Amino acid sequence: MGAKRRYRLAAGVGVALLAASTVTACGSNSGGITVNVYKYPQENFQAIVDNCNAKAGGRYNIVYNKLPREADGQREQIVRRLAAEDDSMDVLGLDVTWTAELAKAGWIKEFTGSAKSQVSEGTLPAPLETATYEGKLYGAPDNTNVQLLWYRSDLVPEPPKTWDEMISMAEALVAEGKPGQIVAQGKQYEGLVVLYNTLVNSNGGTILDENGTKAIVDDKAVEALEALKKLATSKAIDPSFSNAAEDNARLAMENGNAAFQLNWPYVYAAAQKKPEFAKNFKWAPYPALSGDQAKVTVGGINYAVSNYTTRPEESFDAVLCLRNAENQKFAALKDGVPPTIESIYDDPDMVEAYPMKDDIKETLQNASARPSTPAYQNVSTVISTILSPPADIDPRATADRLRKELQDALDSKGVLP
Amino acid sequence: MSQTTTTDTAAASGASPAPAPKKKAALSEGKKAERRLGWLLCAPAALTMIAVTGWPILYSLLLSMQRFDLKFPDRTEWIWFDNYVTVLSSPYWWNAVWVTVLLTVVTVAIELVLGMSLALIMHRALVGRGIVRTTTLIPYGIVTVVAAFSWRFAWTPGTGYLAEALGGDPVLTEKIPALMVVALAEIWKTTPFMALLLMAGLALVPDDLLKAAAMDGASGWQRFIKITVPIMKPAILVALLFRTLDAFRIFDNLFVLTAGSQGTSSVSMLTYNNLIKGLNLGIGSTMSVLIFIMVAIIAFVFIKLFGTAAPGSDDGGKR
Repeated sequence: MGAKRRYRLAAGVGVALLAASTVTACGSNSGGITVNVYKYPQENFQAIVDNCNAKAGGRYNIVYNKLPREADGQREQIVRRLAAEDDSMDVLGLDVTWTAELAKAGWIKEFTGSAKSQVSEGTLPAPLETATYEGKLYGAPDNTNVQLLWYRSDLVPEPPKTWDEMISMAEALVAEGKPGQIVAQGKQYEGLVVLYNTLVNSNGGTILDENGTKAIVDDKAVEALEALKKLATSKAIDPSFSNAAEDNARLAMENGNAAFQLNWPYVYAAAQKKPEFAKNFKWAPYPALSGDQAKVTVGGINYAVSNYTTRPEESFDAVLCLRNAENQKFAALKDGVPPTIESIYDDPDMVEAYPMKDDIKETLQNASARPSTPAYQNVSTVISTILSPPADIDPRATADRLRKELQDALDSKGVLP
Repeated sequence: MSQTTTTDTAAASGASPAPAPKKKAALSEGKKAERRLGWLLCAPAALTMIAVTGWPILYSLLLSMQRFDLKFPDRTEWIWFDNYVTVLSSPYWWNAVWVTVLLTVVTVAIELVLGMSLALIMHRALVGRGIVRTTTLIPYGIVTVVAAFSWRFAWTPGTGYLAEALGGDPVLTEKIPALMVVALAEIWKTTPFMALLLMAGLALVPDDLLKAAAMDGASGWQRFIKITVPIMKPAILVALLFRTLDAFRIFDNLFVLTAGSQGTSSVSMLTYNNLIKGLNLGIGSTMSVLIFIMVAIIAFVFIKLFGTAAPGSDDGGKR
């Protein structure tokens, strides 16, 4: 008897506790409307969320859910849950290369009306293009990124303007016994695709046709393969090029082996920890392949609204707040991610944190996107597999293989390696 | 000659607790009712099993005959065996098959030898039996993914002690060295399991028999090969079957250590890449069906050809 009563008492207390916690949860939820944002772990993003929650004035409450750190893990979680029509994700922070895939699958909502015009206004065209698929806008650019050429001013008085110039300057330095190596991303992963895409676009070539349904790999793209091979087989290339990702390249240069580096602007902030190295660490626009300017591949993050959200109105509203000029500037200064709204680059606060801002802005004016296709994941895997290792490229034969396997990937016939 | 006869009697006595089947012909009323009750009692479990395993298998079979790509939902259509043609003519698939077979054969062979030695040590240990058994089982008790991460860090130049000890080469970035690391991690992880299964077999070997053989002048090795191994055969085959099936589906170690780069994908890894990463349900399901068939063939070969006892059957694996 006693045992039974005690059990009932415990159950009663348990139910009461549960009820109480539900009540308090609702109480803090401003009428219960929650907008769940899923984004990569960005150090100071919570402050932006708090900012927008204050601005929403109790209409909704944004909750920041951290996705895994690596892009593959982020995409995997997002697509797995969207495929299952999960309605607990509202706003998604997407890598610029995923727009087509998610839009085609019908998993993200189109931006229309005033949301569309607010996103488009004042936003740089290259990032905006990455959020567009088949002429419709599916995302709001949050931050962007482009690679620059980083060089050591004590070894290189005047930075090279072209690809060939860079290689011959580096080879001359190496021949003199100086640390003149070139470091870049040649490992079998997305970084190699970014490098190749920059070369193809700089040369005016095409990998896929405009609709992303046919593999082209034209003569200009073949010339880009030659340029990549020339770098990979040069006497001045970093010996671990075929295995180097962004950070390997950065470290190789900081350790004093290299005079040239093709990399994202985060290397600047990292270099400041080594003042001796940082004082000669300078930047210039990416070397051109043909013509007088390179067309550099853009990276970055766009916000999209899930098609299965139960709060579309609040979600779009939250997106517009999270990416507004004030918050983008905050992210640029605190987290070092380049903004997508053009006017922020002219802000006086940016000068100190972003001494290379003018070069970034100029590069962005003339930047290029990666191929836009729902099958981007497959396209990227095929390109990095076939181009790896870059020293073994045989331009004509490699291009033929690219064309065939890319077409299979686009027709969802190919097997992913 | 005398040794073989003793072995046979021993094996027969080992399987002695099964004299019942003779009475099968005449079932009494009570027996019939008991049997009916037995069926009724296991029906819910059997039906649940069919629902949770039968349906997914059938569903993936159906998916494998369609062009079904979540990226292109409007292009879904029945294409029958086209996916099988695509997969079976893909060099990536065959590379994965060979990697898987190689890993399976190498790891299971080494595990059998090491597992047998461990089992003998555990069986013969006179002092600290409990401690010996516990320490042997530690690797098996560690979550595979956790263990795989520590292997990865150990082999990463700059952070890992193993990489430093071996000259600081990034071993995980080249095909053959990476596969060797994967095999090592697998062997380290599952040898205790093998040892455990084999130890159960060792317990079947009667001590008297070994003593008698020693009296007849058989050396330690002869006793092991001619007495212990034949008596343990059912246990060895079950252990081999379990480990082969397990090793053939290797995924977690590979996923953490190389994620299938540099052509180190196993069939499971490749399936995951196509199904989950590539969202290609058609091709991915085709691969799962092919893996299912290969696993079924392995099980068939073990059970029919080598006479391994199917888990749960009570005739001790003799035919």
